[in-house]
Amino acid sequence: MKIAVLTKAIPSYESSIRVDSSGKWIDEAMVNYVVNESDSYALEEALQIKENVGGDSEVVVVTLGSEANTSKVIKDGLAKGADRGIFIKNESTTTDPLTIAKLFADNLKSENFDLIFSGLQSDDMGSGQTGVLVGEMLEMSTATLAIETQVEGDKIKVKRELESGWFQWVSLPFPSSISIQSGINEPRYPSLKGIMGAKRKELNTFEASPAEQGQSFVNLYIPKNEKVTEKIEGDADTIVEKIMDILKNKLKVIS
Amino acid sequence: MILVVLENQRGKIHPFSIEAVAAGQKFAEQLNCELSILCIGEKVDDLKSQAQNFKANKLITAQHAMIDMYSADGYSKVLSDVISELSPKYVLMGHSYMVRDFLPRVSAKLNIPFVSDIISVDFNGGPHFSKQVFNAKLATSIEVSSEQALLSFQSAAFSSDDLKEGAPEEEVQFNVELSDNDIKSHSEPEFQESSSGVDLTAAELIVSIGRGIESEDNLPIMQSLADAMGAEVASSRPVVDMGWLPPYRQVGSSGQVVSPKLYFSLGVSGAIQHVVGMKGSKNILAINKDEDAPIFEIADYAVIGDVLEIVPKLTEEINK
Repeated sequence: MKIAVLTKAIPSYESSIRVDSSGKWIDEAMVNYVVNESDSYALEEALQIKENVGGDSEVVVVTLGSEANTSKVIKDGLAKGADRGIFIKNESTTTDPLTIAKLFADNLKSENFDLIFSGLQSDDMGSGQTGVLVGEMLEMSTATLAIETQVEGDKIKVKRELESGWFQWVSLPFPSSISIQSGINEPRYPSLKGIMGAKRKELNTFEASPAEQGQSFVNLYIPKNEKVTEKIEGDADTIVEKIMDILKNKLKVIS
Repeated sequence: MILVVLENQRGKIHPFSIEAVAAGQKFAEQLNCELSILCIGEKVDDLKSQAQNFKANKLITAQHAMIDMYSADGYSKVLSDVISELSPKYVLMGHSYMVRDFLPRVSAKLNIPFVSDIISVDFNGGPHFSKQVFNAKLATSIEVSSEQALLSFQSAAFSSDDLKEGAPEEEVQFNVELSDNDIKSHSEPEFQESSSGVDLTAAELIVSIGRGIESEDNLPIMQSLADAMGAEVASSRPVVDMGWLPPYRQVGSSGQVVSPKLYFSLGVSGAIQHVVGMKGSKNILAINKDEDAPIFEIADYAVIGDVLEIVPKLTEEINK
């Protein structure tokens, strides 16, 4: 079983996100890049399948982006147990999911993966398209929002999350590209041995030359607050006093 | 032509699709072109009869026994064929889980860009499509350079209140061609997992817990506040993923959609997936340490502070 995991470096939740002087992108110098949350679950799911299936199974961690932002993501994947890495180096700012997916598909085609896992969406762009686009481009079966997987012979069964507490099982023949919902498993931490061993693992780098984008950012801006928001600040006692006034007198939800 | 695709949610038109029809009517008016509405499936009678109330030029049905049950393979093939034949300028759908599952396939098959999860449209010089990015801390305005585009809308981007009633002027059958080779995957019937009977949608007061409470050990502190107020406890997705609270407590796109009199959030950052489940609340009071937390953009009252310090004092005060 040969499994690729598409992972992305995204700004951490704590990072300060500011629009840069171009008005079209963020000031990356202020940002700490980390692995996209649902991608960690995708990697864990791949590692567990590899461990269960055994044989000459292989997990390959794949990332696309600039060298500065992504190096940690690949190292993290290798340290957690991926066998090798593929780095698609793209120093330009590409935001069109279709353009991004073509870069993945072009560079992964010859690998003939049985499975491609990806997180359900990236927490920065949030388009949630890459895994499905790549699957279609490589003529694979596809499914999204998997919260359970079962490998059965030459197919994989996945439990898909639908809306409002509904679910559905879908069985997909290999090769298959599946996006993984967060919470599907408990992602492991890298061991010290894993971290040391990661340096010796194979990492192939490909230079990307993205095609012209079909959709692009005109600008980036701080969302307009449509509501009148009352800011409440101060020390804890002052804040509690103000909240009590709101609950009691304005909203009348406590007596 | 504008093409709106209706989603069949267990015999009813998905609420997001009704908003997409309202969007389609607006697009057709602004761009001065025709509006067609498409029903896909085997049993389309329910959808067709509900669609009789929508003002549109055409109601198209694409019917076939092999798409009786939804599959990404079947739906993407059929919609791609419809688009190839009719060449709509824009294809509109709600940003539902089904759309995420198959619309990218159409985008890849036809090489047409898909702008997903749009929150608003600016028709002046464009159109330009706005969406939230960087975990809703920023928004972007997107322009499309190709002739056609696929668009999906976040709930409430367009309102079903603006829907123009009337009826489709014409009904058209699309000739669907599907073979066994087109459908590789096999879908089983949809099912619902038992919830514990907690109906958050009926709650007047909700205290919602986010990862900002830092540790599972701090849950009782938050629970005490909910008890003191007589509120139901809800949570964001990460709290459920970490196993701190059961899934039926979750509010958001994968959980329940609520609109209580007061939504009191404790350490919830306000990721898009959460906000779509609670932005209809009458009042939103949010406590978060991070001044830039997107929850503050929709809050009526924004408390910038530490939940672990504020909540115990507040509970004590309420209990006095």
